[in-house]
Amino acid sequence: MLPPLAVVLFATAISLIFFWVPEDAEDPAQRIFYFHVPIALTAYSCFGWGAWKALRVLGKRDERADVESYVAIHQGTIFGALTLVTGSLWARATWGHWWLWSSRQLVLFLVLFLFYCAYFMLRFSVEPGPRRANLSAVYALFGVVLTPVSFLAIRLAEDFIHPTVFTRDGPQMTASMFTTFCVSLAAMLSLFATFYSIELAGKRIDARIRELREALS
Amino acid sequence: MNYFNDVATLARKDLLLELRARDTLPAMLLFVVAALVVFHFALPAEAGDLAGLGLLWVAIIFTALLGLSRAWVAEREQGVLDGLVLSPADRSAIWVGKAISSLAFLVLAEAIALPAFWIFFTGLDAATIAGVLLADIGLCSVGAFVAAMSTATRARELLLPVLFLPLAIPLVVGGVGSSVVDDPARYLAFLGLYDCLFATICWASFEYVVTE
Amino acid sequence: MSDKYVAAAYLVVFTAVLVYVVIIGTKLARLEAALAELVERVRARG
Repeated sequence: MLPPLAVVLFATAISLIFFWVPEDAEDPAQRIFYFHVPIALTAYSCFGWGAWKALRVLGKRDERADVESYVAIHQGTIFGALTLVTGSLWARATWGHWWLWSSRQLVLFLVLFLFYCAYFMLRFSVEPGPRRANLSAVYALFGVVLTPVSFLAIRLAEDFIHPTVFTRDGPQMTASMFTTFCVSLAAMLSLFATFYSIELAGKRIDARIRELREALS
Repeated sequence: MNYFNDVATLARKDLLLELRARDTLPAMLLFVVAALVVFHFALPAEAGDLAGLGLLWVAIIFTALLGLSRAWVAEREQGVLDGLVLSPADRSAIWVGKAISSLAFLVLAEAIALPAFWIFFTGLDAATIAGVLLADIGLCSVGAFVAAMSTATRARELLLPVLFLPLAIPLVVGGVGSSVVDDPARYLAFLGLYDCLFATICWASFEYVVTE
Repeated sequence: MSDKYVAAAYLVVFTAVLVYVVIIGTKLARLEAALAELVERVRARG
């Protein structure tokens, strides 16, 4: 557990240091992007990892994969919520509105956020067991299919919903900006990895303690 | 072929049950027409035809939801689903049969709703009707699947809209686009893509929804 | 002016991480307490 933590601290510290170095471009709120986009990409990774584990639940009947899938999607939802908040802050800073229907990434995240929130409602409405594992896994896989389909839908919807100019996130990046971005992305991903392993370990210990209790009484 | 026979038997069973009980379809019909009337009062005067077309799709989505919430009730209450799973029929055939019967109900409801919309609001062109039919396939495929999932939970019907609506959003985009835009081909193609993609994964994974 | 929003974004992410760490910390404490109780019970059994 210690190495990932070290990576996180190290990477995040470097990101913070770098932040003070490159000057603001034309868009002073652009610095939020160094948070917003890496968090968004990390959220996608979380959902992708969760879907991979879900595949193992269904294909290999791997029981441990169910908890792993759940934890990954849990993390993904947290990062997704952070994506929406940071995106909203960026929208407010740059355009003056708390929400931009014209930002494809934000709208996509909103749809996915709703979808994955429903994941938890589904999961907690079923008794623990193989049935719950199967349902959760199938739903997680649906999410992977829904993501590109929704993105396509949002693109198509722009023609009749917002004929106005839409924003293009991420301008041309200079070398230093790109480096900062990459470091920030690495930091976010290692943050996910750390939280993932911690939460997973916590759940496993929980299960073991419950086993012990039952064995003793 | 055995598979098609199973599907046809299952779909016919649902239609026969509805013919005798006559509860779901009249409710859907009344609901959709009442919804259209509500929309008239909900739209301000300058709203125009486009707003009306958008609301047509809202009506369709929620009418489909209404029908789908009843889709697996009979199977659940009589314990029929376990029997079907144990039968030699392919599990995915259960889903196909249910999707087809849901589709039949939805199309029948729209057979009344679309002319009503024509009368109350504005005319509908061929692209819109094509869009409605293509979207119906997607709605009923995904809807029957998700309804089966929610049946297996404690929350049952409460969960269905929550699971269904995010998945229905692309269909709304495709449908509204085909009604509203001058060149609807892209939207109709998108609806077809959605139908193919989601029908495939529904068909492939229904097995896991009904077994342990 | 927009620095305010950049600062807010920093704060949001930082707070989220902090809240998460606190939650994990309390969970760890609870687990340790449960473990200690179980060890006691095993000792009492002899």
